[in-house]
Amino acid sequence: MSDHESTYVPKTAVEKWLDTRLPIVRFGADYMSLPTPKNLNYWWTFGGILALCLATQIATGIVLAMHYVPNTELAFASVERIMRDVNGGDLIRYTHANGASMFFVAVYLHMLRGLYYGSYKAPREMIWIVGCVIFFLMIATAFLGYVLPWGQMSYWGAEVITNLIGAIPGIGEPILIWLRGGPAIDNATLNRFFSLHYLLPFVIAGCVVLHLWALHHAGQNNPVGILIPKDRQKKDMVPFHPYFTVKDGFAIILFLMLFATFVFFMPNALGHADNYIPANPLQTPAHIVPEWYMLPFYAILRAVPDKFGGVLAMFGAIGVLFVLPWLDRSKVRSMRYRPTMRVFFLIFVAVGLILGWCGAQLPDAQVIPGMPSFTLVDGKLNSYLWLTRFATLYYFAFFLVILPLVGLKEKPLPIPATISEPVLSGAEEQKG
Amino acid sequence: MAESVVEGEGGDATRRDFIHIAAGAAAVGAGAMVVWPLINQMNPAADTLALASIEFDMTKVQEGQQVVIKWQGKPVFVRYRSAAELQKLQAEPNEGKPVQPDSARTKEGHGQYLVVLGNCTHLGCVPTFGTGDYGGWFCPCHGSHYDASGRIRKGPAPLNLVVPEYEFVSDTRIKIG
Ligand code: FES
Repeated sequence: MSDHESTYVPKTAVEKWLDTRLPIVRFGADYMSLPTPKNLNYWWTFGGILALCLATQIATGIVLAMHYVPNTELAFASVERIMRDVNGGDLIRYTHANGASMFFVAVYLHMLRGLYYGSYKAPREMIWIVGCVIFFLMIATAFLGYVLPWGQMSYWGAEVITNLIGAIPGIGEPILIWLRGGPAIDNATLNRFFSLHYLLPFVIAGCVVLHLWALHHAGQNNPVGILIPKDRQKKDMVPFHPYFTVKDGFAIILFLMLFATFVFFMPNALGHADNYIPANPLQTPAHIVPEWYMLPFYAILRAVPDKFGGVLAMFGAIGVLFVLPWLDRSKVRSMRYRPTMRVFFLIFVAVGLILGWCGAQLPDAQVIPGMPSFTLVDGKLNSYLWLTRFATLYYFAFFLVILPLVGLKEKPLPIPATISEPVLSGAEEQKG
Repeated sequence: MAESVVEGEGGDATRRDFIHIAAGAAAVGAGAMVVWPLINQMNPAADTLALASIEFDMTKVQEGQQVVIKWQGKPVFVRYRSAAELQKLQAEPNEGKPVQPDSARTKEGHGQYLVVLGNCTHLGCVPTFGTGDYGGWFCPCHGSHYDASGRIRKGPAPLNLVVPEYEFVSDTRIKIG
């Protein structure tokens, strides 16, 4: 998978025998000795963390599937049985449920890292695109999994999300019925969601292999964002092991501490109480919200007054990520050297958080309590509806207007010739 | 001789092209035939489709009230509208998307009864009875307001609440589906 020269020398007779037949030890050894830019900071540790998240979800998921029953009559009770009667079942389920949240924490930070340091720019477009595919599959998997406990939020989440597909003019209705396996969300739906929820993580794992293959082929980006010339490789690169296994390992420990805090002390903090009520097709909960990691996209959906338009905007918000490498016109990768863009980036992060916040509020509720405001088109200006709309506008403008324009107009700071330069010059400054 | 060899070569090449295209087309056709059952199995199964119709006794609904029944896994609102509600509807006869008079949404001679699917036409939540600005229903999910005829009056829902296919089999019984 890696393109650097192999330094592996089989030592024992067994290794030699194996190396001529199936060079799997060589593969592993080459993988671990991959030359890695030595200036990678802690924002680069989320790749390893994400691999751990995927492994955790698959492992806990496989054992949960040994006890879970995908049937509308039994699903809710089987989850409660896991919580109460299965040995250690509550811990396993809480790990799986919170693991999904942790997975998204890590993936969002990982993506923002890529965005800030321009990791998607040539020659790394395919790493980014495969990453977007993984992100989309993660959302799908998380949604399917959330339906399985068959609580009120499960049911109504499934109802609302599948209805999005029904919004497609003409073919929406037949596709909707095909997807649900009946006129309404029912046993057929639950059954197939379970099947797909079990399948998709392995598809994700396959995509992760492609993601890493592309990464090892194109080489890692780094905080300075310059390509490391061939003759500098010895000076500017260090083998992945032990340097980054240790760094990643330390980050993983910190991450696991956060993870464990949720699992052991506040396992339901990120969930919704209504999902402990069995699904009732005749009554919608007063306030339905998706899981926190979907809230920004849910907010975008609600920002558009037209049903199909809302669906397009929501999928567009993810779709625009796929073409990001071609929207950014700047030659400079790292935003360290793009002071103007950096400001827009920080606003973008804030807007993402605002969208998430808006997604959890009632659209008509006041943003600033008590402040009177006038009605603009179809809602009060001082309402989450309008805040969401402004934030949505910025979200799309960031990708479609700001990135292309600033890339052409801005004057970036001088870029160092090597990744060692900023470190060494900094050291001299300190000495001097 | 020489000429016929050249001709033969040309003829061979064309024949080979043809075979390639024919084989490719056959493979695509065969592939589609294999994939179709795998896709079609996800469509509603025979037993799901068999649960198509139910009957309901209208005397169970009190004036001014609604009863929610389950049909094909979905809620159906059966509403007995009060005289006051009917009067209000008379005052504003053509509303909704599409614009419809209340009489187009009920059965002749049974104008007080409204039978509609209980899923909001926006994204399918169940609107709550007797709330909202128009005295019909209010959908808590994204704020659609329906009037007492189930017509959409305000909010993101694109259509009026759907009137299912139903008929009065006797004076007091309806058959839905
Ligand atoms: S589902 Fe009713 S308003 Fe959206």
